[in-house]
Amino acid sequence: MPKPNLAEIKNAYDKHYKNITKKIIICAGTGCVSSGSLKIFEAFKKGLEARKINVSLHISEGCREVYLTKSGCQGFCQQGPLLSIGDIFYTKVKESDVEELIEKTVLKSEPVERLLYKNPADGKQYAKSEEIPFYKKQTRFLLRECGKINPGDINEYISRGGYFGAARACAEMTPEEVCKVISDSGLRGRGGGGFPTGKKWDLTRLSKGDKKYVICNGDEGDPGAFMDRSVMEGDPHAVLEGMIIAARAIGADEGYIYVRMEYPLAVERVRFAIKQAEEAGILGCNIFGSGHNFKINVMEGAGAFVCGEETALIASVEGERGMPRPKPPFPAQSGLFGRPTVINNVETLANIGKIMTIGAAEFRKMGTAASPGTKTFALTGHVCNSGLVEVPFGATIRQIVNEIAGGTANDRGEADLNAFKAVQIGGPSGGCLTKEHMDLPLDFDSLKSVGAMVGSGGLVVMNDKTCMVNIAKFFMGFTQNESCGKCVSCREGTKQMLNMLNDVSEGKATIKTLDLLDGLANVVKVSSLCGLGKSAPNPVLSTIKYFKDEYLAHIKDKTCPTNNCKALAKYFIDAVKCKGCTACKRACPAGAIGGEVKQAHKIDAAKCIKCGACAATCKFGAISAGG
Amino acid sequence: MSLEKLNDVIAILNEYDNNPSKLIPILQKVQQKYNYLPQDAMTFVANSLGIAPSKVYGVATFFSHFSIVPKGRHIIKICDGTACHVKKSEGIINAAKKRLNLTDEKHTSGDFMFTLECVSCLGACGIAPVAVVDEEVHPQMTPEKITALIDAVYAKEKANA
Ligand SMILES: Cc1cc2nc3c(=O)[nH]c(=O)nc-3n(C[C@H](O)[C@H](O)[C@H](O)COP(=O)(O)O)c2cc1C
Ligand code: FES
Repeated sequence: MPKPNLAEIKNAYDKHYKNITKKIIICAGTGCVSSGSLKIFEAFKKGLEARKINVSLHISEGCREVYLTKSGCQGFCQQGPLLSIGDIFYTKVKESDVEELIEKTVLKSEPVERLLYKNPADGKQYAKSEEIPFYKKQTRFLLRECGKINPGDINEYISRGGYFGAARACAEMTPEEVCKVISDSGLRGRGGGGFPTGKKWDLTRLSKGDKKYVICNGDEGDPGAFMDRSVMEGDPHAVLEGMIIAARAIGADEGYIYVRMEYPLAVERVRFAIKQAEEAGILGCNIFGSGHNFKINVMEGAGAFVCGEETALIASVEGERGMPRPKPPFPAQSGLFGRPTVINNVETLANIGKIMTIGAAEFRKMGTAASPGTKTFALTGHVCNSGLVEVPFGATIRQIVNEIAGGTANDRGEADLNAFKAVQIGGPSGGCLTKEHMDLPLDFDSLKSVGAMVGSGGLVVMNDKTCMVNIAKFFMGFTQNESCGKCVSCREGTKQMLNMLNDVSEGKATIKTLDLLDGLANVVKVSSLCGLGKSAPNPVLSTIKYFKDEYLAHIKDKTCPTNNCKALAKYFIDAVKCKGCTACKRACPAGAIGGEVKQAHKIDAAKCIKCGACAATCKFGAISAGG
Repeated sequence: MSLEKLNDVIAILNEYDNNPSKLIPILQKVQQKYNYLPQDAMTFVANSLGIAPSKVYGVATFFSHFSIVPKGRHIIKICDGTACHVKKSEGIINAAKKRLNLTDEKHTSGDFMFTLECVSCLGACGIAPVAVVDEEVHPQMTPEKITALIDAVYAKEKANA
């Protein structure tokens, strides 16, 4: 194995980079690829080559003029495809814009104004990404390189200071010293539980075993979250570096990265990064000349939410059905193949290399005393700018939704601060936060105290047209479907809770149903085997707590205040808008609509089966469902 | 089991050293080859690895990615994760079902052209609601767009026929 000289690689990179006069970064995250960013990349390449401009796709000996590169997710997904030329940042670029961009921005350094980001709130245009409120209000520590560097080039990662922390940990520090740095930093696991990472490592370090493992949990099952995906796609070496340092700290020589199968691009980028690291002598035998060996395997998940749970994940790596096991023993004592194992989340691991570089004290300057550092959130749902954001712990919903995301979006997609109703945090295991929590500083402990949790970091914003019973039903449907069936309380409890929620949304429930639902939720919460069942009732309990009126409206008044529950909808025809065309009358399968040609029609509520066929047929928008 | 199939499965098993702990990657490879898990192949895998066929069946039915019935030529995945759900993915799913004459129980169209899968989160929530047709991700879907995508695939198949 060659012993990599990081300083030399960095110096060479910096030297070659000096010959570059323009850098074009095109976002190749999943969002931008789906809106055509790869075609834009090709168009740039062709357009530049046709003009006999020298284009390099990698920084190496002899490169000059234009450096054209692809990055991981830049986070501003809704505005994609994104690209930057020098420090000018463009949004919603199309293939047909490329010629103009080359002529103006590449050759003359002039901006193409119509492609600059325009803030919908005040119409202001921004040329630099750092000035756009979406980016300006964030603290991009973990995501610093994500969206800036080429994830397929290990040298670029090294040129930004990457792998220096791993080299120091392997060659100059003892395992105790490594654990101490991480313990002192106060880093807590980003996979949901918030367990102190340093402590976990120390426990595993002290466990006796001739073989130990490090596992990176990239299962990211929470629907509505994509932070781990973005990190694996955009900065895969940061994850590898974290694993190398973890391996050093506990004395492991083998690791696994478990990636869910819905993330083919992440699998590809991680595999490629491992190959590059092996070739560079950063993974494999005698890494950094330290005498330690470490190899990493990639395992693709096969589609089961419960496999995000650590013991279930371990079972599936062993070739078993992904069912959780009772704890203790904890993986730190007996994990993969019965050996002491550290299992950490992607984001947790991606923090490690950076902490080794800046030191524990500097890391603690971000976030709160009990939850140091930053957290990435996948900000989605009814917001003006959805995407990937990063803030220090202690930031508030108001800052994230109103300042970074540009506010709640109403049904027509326009910014409307009053339209905010709730935000679901922590996905199917978490709870909802409402207007009263707008200024709650978000960290592990404050969220637990209000019945929610950081979870993986999915933040789904919901506007006032969202039915909270429907949302609770949606999550219960998800957990019921994903329950592995091992323990009775989760298997049967989620099923019964779902039945009751269905009754509520169909107007079949009584006030007793609500008590029963509440009671059962608390039973499932305490008696389930693993975190899936233990947290499954959270969305129900928190929606009942904060939106009891809405439940009561479904139960007592048999109406859905937001008109989402089909069974409770009452259709009516606006006599002014109705032209008497008879289209609805013909569409109605129940014969519930009456009225003469050219006269306003009427719906007989007793016959109506609420199928919505009339409203879908009416060309004049005269039929609507009212609560 | 045909000789050809036998050779394929043996090659996959050898790639993983006939290691029973590699059962999941082995089944993934088999499924990649046949787009589902044929019963004879599963039995053969079980015997070769020295584990019970019921265990292989147990694993194959536990994970949603595995299918023990044949799928259509084209796979449509429509996301019904949280972010897509609040952006009304239900209407998109219904439109696709209607276009392909599918029901809650029937996921593959009669002509075996399409299999519709509802998935929870494709990790592209920033551009919700999302659909994936044969690995290609389509952002900000509507019922009209999904119907048009299906029509386009049919038109292409017809042109190639
Ligand atoms: C049902 C369930 C699903 C989970 N899904 C994930 C997941 O997708 N990703 C993850 O990192 N942790 C997940 N976890 C948490 C893991 O069990 C484990 O705590 C975590 O990977 C530890 O890493 P950390 O200490 O770095 O947070 C899940 C837990 C439960 C109970
Ligand atoms: S919820 Fe649909 S892509 Fe994430």
